[in-house]
Amino acid sequence: MSETKILLGNEAIARGAYEAGVKVSSAYPGTPSTEVSETLAKYSEVYAEWAPNEKVATEVALGASVAGVRSMCAMKHVGVNVAADPLYTAAYTGVRGGMVLVAADDPGMYSSQNEQDTRMIARAAMLPVIEPSDSAEAKEFMKFAYDFSEKYDTPVILRTTTRLSHSQGPVKLEPRQERPDIPYEKDIAKYVMMPGNAIKRHVVVEERLKRMAEDANTLPINRVEYGDLSVGFITSGIAYQYVKEAMPNASVLKLGLLNPLPRKLIEGFASKVEKLYIFEELEPVIEEQVKSWGITKAVGKELFTRQGEYSANLLRERVLGEKISADAPAKVPARPPILCPGCPHRSVFTALKRLKLHATGDIGCYTLGAVAPLGVIETTVCMGSGISMLHGMEKAKGKDYIRNWVAVIGDSTFMHTGINSLMNMAYNQSTATVVILDNSITAMTGHQDHPATGKTLKGETVPAIDPAAICRAMNIKNVCVVNSLDQAELQEALKRETAREELSVIIARSPCALLKGVKFPNKCVTVQDACRKCGACLQPGCPALTKKADGTIQIDEVMCNGCGLCMQLCRFGAIKMKKAGE
Amino acid sequence: MKTTKNIMIVGVGGQGTLLTSRILGRLATAAGYDVKLSEVHGMAQRGGSVVTFVRYGEKVAEPIVEVGQADVLIAFERLEALRYLHYLQKDGVVVVNDLRIDPITVVTGAAEYPDDIIGTLRKARRTIAVPATEEAKKLGAPRTFNVVVLGAAARHMGFAKEDWIRVIEATVPPKTVEINKKAFETGYALSV
Repeated sequence: MSETKILLGNEAIARGAYEAGVKVSSAYPGTPSTEVSETLAKYSEVYAEWAPNEKVATEVALGASVAGVRSMCAMKHVGVNVAADPLYTAAYTGVRGGMVLVAADDPGMYSSQNEQDTRMIARAAMLPVIEPSDSAEAKEFMKFAYDFSEKYDTPVILRTTTRLSHSQGPVKLEPRQERPDIPYEKDIAKYVMMPGNAIKRHVVVEERLKRMAEDANTLPINRVEYGDLSVGFITSGIAYQYVKEAMPNASVLKLGLLNPLPRKLIEGFASKVEKLYIFEELEPVIEEQVKSWGITKAVGKELFTRQGEYSANLLRERVLGEKISADAPAKVPARPPILCPGCPHRSVFTALKRLKLHATGDIGCYTLGAVAPLGVIETTVCMGSGISMLHGMEKAKGKDYIRNWVAVIGDSTFMHTGINSLMNMAYNQSTATVVILDNSITAMTGHQDHPATGKTLKGETVPAIDPAAICRAMNIKNVCVVNSLDQAELQEALKRETAREELSVIIARSPCALLKGVKFPNKCVTVQDACRKCGACLQPGCPALTKKADGTIQIDEVMCNGCGLCMQLCRFGAIKMKKAGE
Repeated sequence: MKTTKNIMIVGVGGQGTLLTSRILGRLATAAGYDVKLSEVHGMAQRGGSVVTFVRYGEKVAEPIVEVGQADVLIAFERLEALRYLHYLQKDGVVVVNDLRIDPITVVTGAAEYPDDIIGTLRKARRTIAVPATEEAKKLGAPRTFNVVVLGAAARHMGFAKEDWIRVIEATVPPKTVEINKKAFETGYALSV
């Protein structure tokens, strides 16, 4: 019996992997991809893990595939760059059990540092990419992707976007198809990509691409919906829904396979419709190919943007010439993202600010150390980059130049790629200071475990890897662990280590304030008479503190987690700690 | 009811907008509608502006609500109601928790929290302001204020009260069913 459930796009993708009989999944968390792995981990039939990074996750999935089972790896678009090394070559080796890489793009950059289009990487790697347009399709297309992967002996990329991953819609649940393991077979010519073998495999990759392109013309996931022939759209993914919303009667060629493209199908469609629009978010991947085939009437990026998300309104505006009128939004103060009340990072950034230190930063909650009122993080590029960039600065400008700089990185990010950057610093004799902000979890994506937390994705307890011991194993002499919430200890360590002409690592440790089991037994309260209205307690930008009309400070009891940072900053003893509920 | 109903739920990160949208989504599914929900997570876990869209009807394509299209705007905080007011149709209704949470821009003095937001809302659209946070505190369960607001908004979404109660029972953690039902009833009574 089948049951219909409302599922997130990501949950539906996981369900699809489950129903397709996937046995092994490896991933690194990253918004908007995270829920795929978290959902899949709940099925006892699937081995699912967090890997330290996307390169590792992809290699794990490939290994499982070569061993003869269906496998998955999942990541956000920027993670695909980290995975690119094994991915390009996996296109050469092909698979044994079906293998799908789920890549979540982020048009609009709700939680990302760039807006790249995974379809471009798929083209470059000569890999098929499949794109669903709602939760129901997400599940179906995953199952399709596994059959496709095995049929054409290739890894398949299933591309989703934030709007799809984080939308919910009805999905019909079906039973899992258990698949017998394909026995492993030694095949050095296929799986050892040394030049002599790889040269032959490149030919296979090209032939496969041609075969897929030919078959794509009759593939069920590429669908033509003829309606009004005066206007036609070639579209895919979530953009298809915007077409259906704004112009339900238009003719549509909905592409499910985005690489390679079905030339005959597209030419046929183009010849039947009067006006032809290519409606695709981000890069003109369909458009450039279509135009290269001499279909010059196609209109794409001349009309639609390469930036951000599309909408039905965009279509109405650009194609129908409708003016979308709405009252101008009221002038409302922005509510930018901030560190949570009680966040240990806030304390570290406050110490950096008070000591007038600059910081190269990294990807994670602590990126918020770049925004007002803290403003101490001055670079953020990609996972691990803060450490290597500070090293580059030192080599460019000398040891003295970086005496008032530190690199900051989170514990999960350190395990991801920071470890390589630190190894480079140790090896190439850096004298900088690295601060590992260890809040004992991957916090920004919503609390995923990693090698240093002592817990797996399946919730099992395992020995935790100690970052301090790793640093010492790199022969770094100056490694200290301090309490993030203790200003005196923090500032002392920062002064001492930045003054040193040797590489140092400060591990500032205190758990994420939102972590289950982290209890704050106290609340901070102001002693109104003692408050001198100096505003020192407001400097860290804790949302629980507000200034009253008379200039004194009020602390919101519901919000306050009693971390005591404001109390440590008050020179007049006007903030006291009390037991919660007293 | 016209073909598709567009509901928006807005608030500050940590207030429970996502859970609330799921309750509504389940309700609409149980009633036999096609449903699409969409949520926007910002970078921060807490404190940022959060918006979720719920659309239900015969056949729903787009998962987001466009500007000027919302039938009901449910806001867990005053300023957030004002921020998204232009999404509401001219004859739409805004149900707002009469609560002030200062954004960091206000805390640091970079911006001012607008005066008399409820008055501004009332001038623009039909507005139901409820002291949900106070009411939830009175119930001894401050965190259920979102269900109080939902109760106040329930009359504007075309489902029977019993259906709401049933879906709340099925969605919230078992230990909190009774208190959430009370919170819903409180809100429902407030919006008469």
